[in-house]
Amino acid sequence: MTDLSDNRLVKVFSELRAAGKKALVPFLTAGHPDLQTTEAILIDLERRGVRVAELGIPFSDPIADGPTIQASYTEALAAGVTSQAVLEMVRRWRAGGAGLALVAMVSYSIVFRCRPEVYLRSAADAGFDGLIIPDLPLEEAGNLEPLAAADGLANVMLIAPTTPPRRRVEIARHSRGFIYFISVAGITGERERLPEDTIRAVGELRRHTDTPVCVGFGISNPQMVAAVCEVADGAIVGSAIVRRISQHKDLPTDQLVAKVGEFVGGLLEPIA
Amino acid sequence: MPEEKASQARGGYFGPYGGRFVPETLMSALAQLEREYRAAMADEGFRAEFERCLREIAGRPSELYFARRLTEHVGGARIYLKREDMNHTGAHKINNTLGQALLALRMGKERVIAETGAGQHGVATAMAAAVFGLRCEVYMGTEDIRRQALNVFRMELMGARVVPVESGQRTLKDACNEALRDWMASVEHTHYIIGSVVGPAPYPEMVREFQSCIGREARRQMLEAEGRLPDLIVACVGGGSNAAGIFAPMIADEQVRMVGVEAGGRSMKLGDHAASLVAGEPGVLHGSLSYVLQDDEGQTAPVHSVSAGLDYPGVGPEHAYWKDIGRVTYTTCTDEQAIDALCLLARTEGIIPALESAHAVREAVRLAAEMEPDQIVLINLSGRGDKDCNEIAEILKRRETKES
Ligand SMILES: Cc1ncc(COP(=O)(O)O)c(C=O)c1O
Repeated sequence: MTDLSDNRLVKVFSELRAAGKKALVPFLTAGHPDLQTTEAILIDLERRGVRVAELGIPFSDPIADGPTIQASYTEALAAGVTSQAVLEMVRRWRAGGAGLALVAMVSYSIVFRCRPEVYLRSAADAGFDGLIIPDLPLEEAGNLEPLAAADGLANVMLIAPTTPPRRRVEIARHSRGFIYFISVAGITGERERLPEDTIRAVGELRRHTDTPVCVGFGISNPQMVAAVCEVADGAIVGSAIVRRISQHKDLPTDQLVAKVGEFVGGLLEPIA
Repeated sequence: MPEEKASQARGGYFGPYGGRFVPETLMSALAQLEREYRAAMADEGFRAEFERCLREIAGRPSELYFARRLTEHVGGARIYLKREDMNHTGAHKINNTLGQALLALRMGKERVIAETGAGQHGVATAMAAAVFGLRCEVYMGTEDIRRQALNVFRMELMGARVVPVESGQRTLKDACNEALRDWMASVEHTHYIIGSVVGPAPYPEMVREFQSCIGREARRQMLEAEGRLPDLIVACVGGGSNAAGIFAPMIADEQVRMVGVEAGGRSMKLGDHAASLVAGEPGVLHGSLSYVLQDDEGQTAPVHSVSAGLDYPGVGPEHAYWKDIGRVTYTTCTDEQAIDALCLLARTEGIIPALESAHAVREAVRLAAEMEPDQIVLINLSGRGDKDCNEIAEILKRRETKES
């Protein structure tokens, strides 16, 4: 068992905290529009100052995802992207010297099918630092926690607006790397504003845990990033980025990478 | 009750199957549902009200019918039909929707949602919502909307809104995804009435309990009619609710053989059928661990069946358990065989079964033919075929043109 003190995700957040800084956590669908582009975007994001990113592993039935991310998964699968190919891409990218902390967002359907011990070992070997398994709640995560720890992977757990107060503290106790605080009851997708409750709830949660808290679902512009980072350690932005990639997917790779980079650059400004 | 022992759900698990693999957002609603469900089942008042609804609204008990001409035609075991097709709204689905609608009322939720394939569960949900004054939205794949136009119209007549689902293969699995997504955002005031013994705990156990009126009645009716239990029970298996409903109350009666029939579709090539238990492997879909049709990486496979209600890549976790312990045997029936069986029952008994139920008829007829005349086969005739008539007419027309 390890205490994850060597884990990149853990290190990044403690460095940020020490420096009084916040994290912007961009989400990309792996292989959307193709794996080479995903790799190029990751490299560009790191160059722009991103320290942590999330990589969605395409799945046929993502029940927590809204239309934008669903469509990106469907397209990636139709183009033949497999979770094995995603691992290969991550391995290549790491070998190129990438220092980002990278977290896989992956359905338990995929993890289970591959066998949890095998999937986790290959994810760690490829260069992932953590996992978010959105359909593996606390009660079902018991077997996975020691496996993740043994492979030096942070198992990031989620708290929802519907999670009762005591359960929030319990989830926080089990979550590694950071705690994923879902800002709205519902699916992923861009929203205009953050619910007022979110800010208050994150503040409340932070009184009970030292683990960093990142807020996600619905965050779509620099103002929302700024608001979230008043109380949280980081803001996760998914659909707003994936939508831009969809919009510009027919551009040559370098131009697509630049478009995404510009948007993420804007999101980074309030926390620079 | 004897069935409790054989299939008790331990913390939402049936052996290694079941569980609650859903996003955190739904966990507190499932906990509430579990609490309310247990409290309701322990509450005499609730049970009496459920019984009353089954009697006065669904028209239970459903008949146990000796199929004399079918038996003569087959020339083997005596064939009985449990006539779930004679329930109000035309299928067994109403047993479950009445139970869950009563629970929704008990939980103070004013809106219900459902997924539907054949439309029978959607119709039964729309009906229950109308009776109890609940708002109702039903998710349905556009391919099923095409195949089951009559049921779409029925739902709308009863005040439900049918929400077309365009994602994936546009059938039952995709409707399920959309209903779950709706529930993620509406969970505070909405109850999701799942239509089969699938989904996260407590759904598989709860739906089985609400459907168990089928098997309890059949058990009593068989004893009255023949003085003994059947040698064999046959039911079709989509998600597995009509099968679980007739099997569970006799699962502890070891002398009763049980066969579940899955959709064999066009062939046994992945993508051509919907036989999760026969051809699938353990996996996670829609919140529970059970047999799933999927590829090597855990992506859900496309499925096919002529019957929209069986066109589903997963199956209830308790069936997975029954399969593994060898208590129930699972087999398949092809599209063509189901259509032939439907025509056979129509001609011999004047009963047009649902295409789903026709799968059970076909397998029962095949097995009965090899049995002795003093043996008894019981078929769960889960629904009636009115909804399928357009589809069947087209298929028969195509057959004719092929032959000529
Ligand atoms: C008449 C009928 N039988 C069977 C089924 C399959 O469901 P289950 O396996 O849950 O009984 C359906 C589903 O729509 C149906 O309408």
